[in-house]
Amino acid sequence: MNLDKNILVKLKDAGFRQNGKWLVKGVSLVVEKGKIVTLIGPNGSGKSTTAKIALGIYKKIDGEVEKYTNKIGYVPQKVTIDWTLPLRVSDFMVLTENIKDDAINEALSLTGVEHLKNKNLGTLSGGEFQRVLLARAISKKPELLVLDEPVQGVDFTGEIALYELIKKISEELNCGILLISHDLHTVMSATDYVVCLNGHVCCSGSPIDVAKNKEYKVLFGEQASQTLSIYEHKHDHVHSHEGDIKKN
Amino acid sequence: MFDDFFIRALVAGIGVAFVTGPLGCFVVWRRLSYFGDTLSHSALLGVTIAYSFELNIAVSVFIISSVIALILIQLQKKTNLPGDALLGLLAHSSLAVGLVVIGFLTFIRFDIMGLLFGDILAVTIDDLVIIWIGGGLILLVLKLIWKPLFASTVNYELAEAEGLNPDRAKAIFTILMAAIIAISIKMVGLLLITGMLIIPAAMARNISDNPRKMIIFSIIGGLLSVIIGLFSSLEFNSPSGPSIITASLILFVLSLLKIKQSIHLKN
Repeated sequence: MNLDKNILVKLKDAGFRQNGKWLVKGVSLVVEKGKIVTLIGPNGSGKSTTAKIALGIYKKIDGEVEKYTNKIGYVPQKVTIDWTLPLRVSDFMVLTENIKDDAINEALSLTGVEHLKNKNLGTLSGGEFQRVLLARAISKKPELLVLDEPVQGVDFTGEIALYELIKKISEELNCGILLISHDLHTVMSATDYVVCLNGHVCCSGSPIDVAKNKEYKVLFGEQASQTLSIYEHKHDHVHSHEGDIKKN
Repeated sequence: MFDDFFIRALVAGIGVAFVTGPLGCFVVWRRLSYFGDTLSHSALLGVTIAYSFELNIAVSVFIISSVIALILIQLQKKTNLPGDALLGLLAHSSLAVGLVVIGFLTFIRFDIMGLLFGDILAVTIDDLVIIWIGGGLILLVLKLIWKPLFASTVNYELAEAEGLNPDRAKAIFTILMAAIIAISIKMVGLLLITGMLIIPAAMARNISDNPRKMIIFSIIGGLLSVIIGLFSSLEFNSPSGPSIITASLILFVLSLLKIKQSIHLKN
């Protein structure tokens, strides 16, 4: 039963095993409306697996997953479009749901690729394709967005703009976002809750709490921790009421 | 007008082409040509069972092909053999069993050539009814499962994540494949049905830049193949199936010219 109406998806001690090997286990997290939850962790730490558990792509899982919405937009980590299928950007935009032309144009222009609407998907560059993927996911006006490294291959200025867009969308649509990213610096400034994975949850909490965590430092190194403390420093007037913040 | 065997064959062939067009595109997109082969080989068993128990051929073939498809799905789940090995196993064993059963049915005279390569003389009014009603149903169901089937053809995980239930669409599509083989076996013959599915779709791929166009061209290609093939079958007394497939091959070769042209334009 969903007592809290803001909850969109909830993982309780969830795990997934493939060929006898645990890809991830013991993950608990909650994504709420209007909140951004970010998964971080090294390669192979189970970030994408966790996202797929939350989405219901993996069905034979350990633990529990409760999903309270069907309006979902998903940007997978890897999408390969077969050349045997001729597909334009405009065809791809209505892949899972029929969306009005206005909404398609709006989403494409938000991610800066309106001019590619009639191009064949196979002719796009990696960064352009990534922008189309994001546009498709947001054009549905979803309640839950699951973004698996949504800005990979996007140029530096574009990256910042897209993260700002993601933040704006979560506020405007009041949708919950489950985000996977490697870019600690940008991500941390926009995230409400961070889950640090390494086959299991090694720590979780607000960005500041995670940055202070010992396991996080072991996993990402002292420098990453400092990256976060720069962020912390910039914003410590906001968080000062939380009390003692130790400098690294 | 249906008294004339040739008109009957033409009407039957046109009905088949309307269905193989869109279905063939999915066969190409989803890389199912060997799956189609396996189902059509198993159709021989369906035909022999129809003769043994005096059943309608289309119904019997539909049932046997569906059963073979279900067995295949189960084997894929429960064994570690690669997909193509399982397809080969089922295709050849069902063909062999079908031929062995024919050997036992000495009391019936079989037109094996007609079975393998199609026979326009054999199309009856009943067949026309089955092709047009069955074909209409296939297209209707395909339209109903279009969204999940197409989305999962592009990307399975996107379709699954966004709640489209692609597994159900895939299972239904498998049954549609069995159905199209059942209704087209008399026209094209069981050895060449997959050709009727793939070649017009492959031709259409060469000249299309979006999925809707590809389906329309695939249907047109199928229709032209049937009409040209049947007229030449009448003219040269060649078996209907191979004539239709040869016509579609010629259309495919012509479509290659278009590719060459567009490559030329790009440079």
